[in-house]
Amino acid sequence: MSDELLAIGDRVVALAAPGEQVEAVVVRGLDTEIKVYEGEVESLSSAQSAGVGVRVVADGRQGFAYAGTLDPEALAETLAEARDNASFATPDEFLGLAVPDGVAPAELDLYRESLVTFPASRKVELAVELERAVRAADPRISGIEAAEYVDSVGEAAIVTTTGIRSVSRDTGCYLSVYAMAEEDGETQTGFGFSVGREPADLDAALAASDAAGRATRLLGAVKPTSERLTVVLDPWVTAQFLGIIGFTLSGESVLKGRSLFADRLGDDVASPLITLVDDPTDPAAFTATDADGEGLATRRNVLIEGGVLQKFVHNSYTARRAGTVSTGSAVRGFKSTPGVGTMAVSLAPGTATQAELVAQVGEGLLVQDVAGLHSGVNPVSGDFSTGAEGLRIRGGELAEPVREFTIASTLQRMLHDVVAVGGDLQWLPMDASGVSLVLRDVTLSGA
Amino acid sequence: MIEESVISRVLGTALHTGGDFAEVFAEDKHSSSALFDDGKVEELTSGRDRGAGIRVVVGDTTGFAHTADLSEEGLRAAAEAAAAAARGGGGGTRTVALTRQSASRGYDIVTLPEDVPKAAKVELLARADEVARASGDAITQVSASYGDSHRRILVANSDGLLATDDTVRTLFTVSCVATGDTGMQTGRESVGHTVGFELFDLCDVEELARRAADRALTKLAARPAPSGQMPVVIASGGGGVLFHEACGHGLEADLVGKGASVFRGRVGERVASPGVTVVDDGTMAREWGNLAIDDEGHVAQRNVLIDDGVLTDYMWDHLRARKEGRASSGNGRRQSYQHLPMVRMTNTYLLAGTDTPADIVASTERGVFVKHLGGGQVNTATGDFVFGMTEAYLIENGEVTEPIREGNLIGNGPEVLTRIDALGDDFAMGPPGTCGKDGQGVPVGDGVPTLRVTSLTVGGTAA
Repeated sequence: MSDELLAIGDRVVALAAPGEQVEAVVVRGLDTEIKVYEGEVESLSSAQSAGVGVRVVADGRQGFAYAGTLDPEALAETLAEARDNASFATPDEFLGLAVPDGVAPAELDLYRESLVTFPASRKVELAVELERAVRAADPRISGIEAAEYVDSVGEAAIVTTTGIRSVSRDTGCYLSVYAMAEEDGETQTGFGFSVGREPADLDAALAASDAAGRATRLLGAVKPTSERLTVVLDPWVTAQFLGIIGFTLSGESVLKGRSLFADRLGDDVASPLITLVDDPTDPAAFTATDADGEGLATRRNVLIEGGVLQKFVHNSYTARRAGTVSTGSAVRGFKSTPGVGTMAVSLAPGTATQAELVAQVGEGLLVQDVAGLHSGVNPVSGDFSTGAEGLRIRGGELAEPVREFTIASTLQRMLHDVVAVGGDLQWLPMDASGVSLVLRDVTLSGA
Repeated sequence: MIEESVISRVLGTALHTGGDFAEVFAEDKHSSSALFDDGKVEELTSGRDRGAGIRVVVGDTTGFAHTADLSEEGLRAAAEAAAAAARGGGGGTRTVALTRQSASRGYDIVTLPEDVPKAAKVELLARADEVARASGDAITQVSASYGDSHRRILVANSDGLLATDDTVRTLFTVSCVATGDTGMQTGRESVGHTVGFELFDLCDVEELARRAADRALTKLAARPAPSGQMPVVIASGGGGVLFHEACGHGLEADLVGKGASVFRGRVGERVASPGVTVVDDGTMAREWGNLAIDDEGHVAQRNVLIDDGVLTDYMWDHLRARKEGRASSGNGRRQSYQHLPMVRMTNTYLLAGTDTPADIVASTERGVFVKHLGGGQVNTATGDFVFGMTEAYLIENGEVTEPIREGNLIGNGPEVLTRIDALGDDFAMGPPGTCGKDGQGVPVGDGVPTLRVTSLTVGGTAA
């Protein structure tokens, strides 16, 4: 199958004019999404999609176009449109496609035929079982907002006039459920999920008990009073926090004057407990991949080690401009040119369980979930403020639930205020892993 | 886009396993964008997305498939897949007779974006960059972006409906970074309307660029935002997202139907302060959430959701309305042909009151004045919602004083609606938004007059 995508890429690249660099990104995917409600299939979507993105660099100018089809006539049209777009761009001596750099792609096994052949009826059974398990988990579970099984089979080829000829494919699936618990007329919600490369990896019982546990333990939650305190971030929350830190370490943010950490290489930017690694070659990562968005091999990049800033991530353009080499960190879909970003970040874990961290903290707050990271966090200024819900920590144990409050600090301070990293590392359905993280001196705004 | 006879046969195929309802949604969308960043025209992008989504409903089950192949063969294959997904029982043949319906958006697009030279789009960006940089030495980075889309849709269903729409949207955004002793701050302004290139007759990009730059510069002197509960005054046009989150999502019939809304079972009850009237209106000419028909072919409507404090109705799409034996309210929308429609807002706004904006501030002893809000998020089941303030000031002794740094505000929808004690006479629509729900983004508009909430929690770090 993938040979076909490479062949399409070859056909586009063969149309390059003399002196012109051309890149074709060709993707195809098959996605299935099954939602169930009250034991019945609410919707089942099964759809194949495909597309091509074409980038042209000529005379130091870059243009791009895409089409959501692999029709032969669309390929030439898309190339012509990209070429025309390039003529309006400002020349930039650092522009250019990736060039093979000799780094061998990691041998990752991300494709499972077992997912491709798994019958739709069995997928439905998994989703129905998930919903049943959530509803049975606790008598206070009053309903579900969504219970779903989702999978995807994806393949991508990148071909360039500069000698890149990369192809990759992978499979992935997950179960997710959003449950509601009700008691004395009050409703609380909780989610649970399970992620894998093939259906056999999925654990519906775990997803269900997580969702039910998260929803029921918030019942009776009150608005806490404002104060400064120590918080334990749940792995799910930590992973979202790491995603924001990832933005500040992008070579593009640095070069364009939008990173807090520009000019800070070699400095102490975090607590000595913090070692932050971006490693898309870790097969356990949901977003693992052996090739980046320009077709270069991905690699393990240590960004912060023992609190000291080591490295920014780069694609070919930002690397050339910064006088360094690509870290294999070009990120993109077929509808855009490559950006730069972390792909699979994680903190080097400690050894303590969440319960041990809670005991060490003594008095504080466990943050179970956050809301509004996109609206209350500014990765350029570093201002951090987010809605939150969770459980108070009293006498080293989880105590009463709390909701409708915010926690706030700045990204700069939060990295320094880390006082413990948990050992409970888990990969989540996103581009980061999570681990329980203890931060001191965070402002809680409530009643 | 597709011949009527082909559509009839495809709907027949979709229903051949005994479905109750079938629909073809075809879309042909051209989009273009241009980005000026870091002092350069960084790139121009053109895109084409064309295809059809077919759904088949059997009982409470929906089967859905989509295809980029609009030939009869491609469409029938997708129809087969959708029918199989819905797993209908009995066979049988149904013929669908289609009636073409027309819907007008009541105004004309003046200049189609595809008729505008790319150089003209680039020139606007360069002007915005120049003006923003000239606004102050502390402006250290500017990016300006232009985007347009031209989307043709065709919707046909087994009830015999056949409707089409042709929608043009144009968007322009300027983002600035200012650098000072206290670090970096950002300012962003955008304007977007359901119009063509005449957007730039309605709006001055230089003025937009100055406002974005001024926002970043103002915040260089900002103090940490306060922490805790206090009165919050929201500026006209700046804070429609408050209602989008505080009650809009909770009034979507799909969430209500699953018990996932604090507003379930409350139609006819007082849910907000007297004088609070909230409307969702897809017919608002030229606004970002404007529609002639929704993505299920229903003609766009103006729907009053809360009338003088009393909850009057939810928002409905085809499926949820059919189940309740009522009409859709024209709120069935989808991101693209690759997505199933669901209940979505269009332009959601709060009607003006009679208070003078200056009096609202003057009668506030201490609090926060929010000039401009960012995005937000709500948990409809609990009603708890957050929204970000991207430009805000302290109110001290009835006067707007110092700027404060960014942060979220948090509140509970049903509580906040009853805590509105002042409504200005200065209604304005706000900037264009993208509403995300279940992974799908759709363009929405919002608007408010100046208003005061007696108590909201401000999520800053200062005591």
